[in-house]
Amino acid sequence: MFKSKALRTWCHKNLFNSKMNSFLSVVIVVILFKFLSYFYAWFVTNAVWIGDAAACREASGACVVFIKEKYNFILFGFYPRAEIYRPILCIVLLLSLVIYSSYEKNWKKCTLILWALLFLVSTILMGGGIFSLPIVESDQWGGLPLTLILSVVGIFVSYPLGIVLALGRRSKMPIIRIFSTCYIELIRGVPMISLLFMSSVMFPLFLPEGVVIDKIIRAQIAIIMFVCAYMAEVVRGGLQAIPRGQYEAAEALGLNYFQTMRLVILPQALKVVIPPTVNTVIGMFKDTSLVIIIALFDLMSTMKTALKDPEWLGFNVEGYIFIALIYFMFCFSMGKYSRTLEKKFNRKGTLT
Amino acid sequence: MRTNILISFSMLCFVFAANAGTLDKIKKKGHVSCGVSQGLAGFSAPDGLGVWNGIDVDICRALAAAIFKDPKKVKFVSLSAQQRFTALQSGEIDILSRNTTNTLSRDTSLGLNFAPVIYYDGQGFMVRKKDGIKSAKDLSGASVCTQQGTTTELNLADYFRANRMKLKPVVFESNDEVTQAFLKGRCDALTTDASGLASERSKVKNPNDYIILPEIISKEPLAPAVRHGDDKWLDVVTWTVNALLTAEELGISSKNIDSFKKTRDPKIARFIGKTIGNGKALGLDEKWAYYIIKTVGNYSEIFERHVGKDSPLKLERGLNALWNKGGIMYSSPMR
Repeated sequence: MFKSKALRTWCHKNLFNSKMNSFLSVVIVVILFKFLSYFYAWFVTNAVWIGDAAACREASGACVVFIKEKYNFILFGFYPRAEIYRPILCIVLLLSLVIYSSYEKNWKKCTLILWALLFLVSTILMGGGIFSLPIVESDQWGGLPLTLILSVVGIFVSYPLGIVLALGRRSKMPIIRIFSTCYIELIRGVPMISLLFMSSVMFPLFLPEGVVIDKIIRAQIAIIMFVCAYMAEVVRGGLQAIPRGQYEAAEALGLNYFQTMRLVILPQALKVVIPPTVNTVIGMFKDTSLVIIIALFDLMSTMKTALKDPEWLGFNVEGYIFIALIYFMFCFSMGKYSRTLEKKFNRKGTLT
Repeated sequence: MRTNILISFSMLCFVFAANAGTLDKIKKKGHVSCGVSQGLAGFSAPDGLGVWNGIDVDICRALAAAIFKDPKKVKFVSLSAQQRFTALQSGEIDILSRNTTNTLSRDTSLGLNFAPVIYYDGQGFMVRKKDGIKSAKDLSGASVCTQQGTTTELNLADYFRANRMKLKPVVFESNDEVTQAFLKGRCDALTTDASGLASERSKVKNPNDYIILPEIISKEPLAPAVRHGDDKWLDVVTWTVNALLTAEELGISSKNIDSFKKTRDPKIARFIGKTIGNGKALGLDEKWAYYIIKTVGNYSEIFERHVGKDSPLKLERGLNALWNKGGIMYSSPMR
């Protein structure tokens, strides 16, 4: 009874506190209800959970069978079915290490060693060739593992590179400053697609015939080149936010440039820019789907390709929703984690 | 346009660099590198297990069968439309079998050589059956859904102008929108390549309510391509395609080919390698054509399996029937 009264008060205060607001609330509730009932009918009442493509075409609801039939291909692309445990293991290892590293108490050198180990282990797991694992060439890698490889390696390499570029841009040495500025402006001035094209269409033409550099490596380099320019600008924002006093204090202590940066400036600057950094990371995670234009089979491409099977033409909605959920899960967790970090640092008051 | 110039320039450099001996290289590395699409129903698309299927795919399988007696010795490289020619020129692939139209500029300035056409595609129309339209000539004054900024749109306008018919084009940005608009009744007819029409039709609930009109108003001969400068390899590709057609013409299929072992027909004897000569001339095993048909099937089997009556696309043979059955598929004699 008390609860319902509290609810009523809450509703009155927040939803119906003026004529306009009451009107808007009613409209929104009606729209929401319409949408949800439509979605319920589509996804539950009329959905096809068992059957084949013909049954799906008959029904007006979602074709869950399509996802059941294709999820293996969408998630893992052309990776041989008998070896599928390898990419699964890689993803599990990666996610566990990400969760492990997200706790502050684990931020020490040995975690970095763990990451290096993970990198080594997952390369061996994915590629095979030793420990009697059959070789799986990189053109058979695809789906979620490829998306994760491109983004995780991309972040790991472009973050430090971005910091270096940002410091370079604020350097007092003209050559370094000009180089960094030119690089950043040049890369930011072109779309990522054009970089991917250059790496996949132009670059091979300059190699001798028959020499082929792995497509994934080419794409990975293009992504790193692109993201580190953006990272640099994010970090530069942080550097500029640090008051002059901090620099002067560091100088007064007799610290040299590298000590100043490492001990005083960067720890503060990087904390300030956590939200835009995570923003860039999330953007990059989704941008990896651009590799579709150079025919790498990341999560987005495998889904689009799955739609082209003549048996299963026309189930676009199901396919897009499926991968949207996967992308959302990753991006949402990243955003959530960034907010946790911000709160933690704010509480400690390290930002003042 | 700019990319075209860039590509042509780079091609020029490579036309000279391209050296002979693709066939030997393939034999040495043990597989054919075959450039296919990123997924086009009926031509090259992977199934749920990641196995490539389609007409374009089977051309490469046939090549592998001719060279290695094993159609599985193919490595498929998926290529976007922009990448395909570079991949061929840079040697990443040995053959481009990716629903590519043979045109003059591609043949010359892009430095490609085309094998015989494996599928005559062309722009067609789809209409609702209940409208009673039997021919594209009946479409005067009809509204036609089409995709913006494509050659399809230009062909459509040309066709209507040439036939003095009134056109009400309804254009959309993406292919899916075009189909949706047509299905929802925004227009009377839908136009795109005939094979595309078939795959759009297979998506709908009741495909039999729609018909594809017999007129084809543009020419899209799809053919496999190899790079300039290696005639011997072009010969192998050319005669592999011809073998598929010849087998159909001679009535040889994957099911009955073993029954011809004692044949007296000199054409068939030459074909299956009983009379020797063809294999040596191409640099292949004498039974090369036998392995193609035994493992992949003849042209008719490939067609029906992927786009014809045994597939969800249900395309008619049309122009792609043999020359003596009303089509224009014609193989030069294999002797």
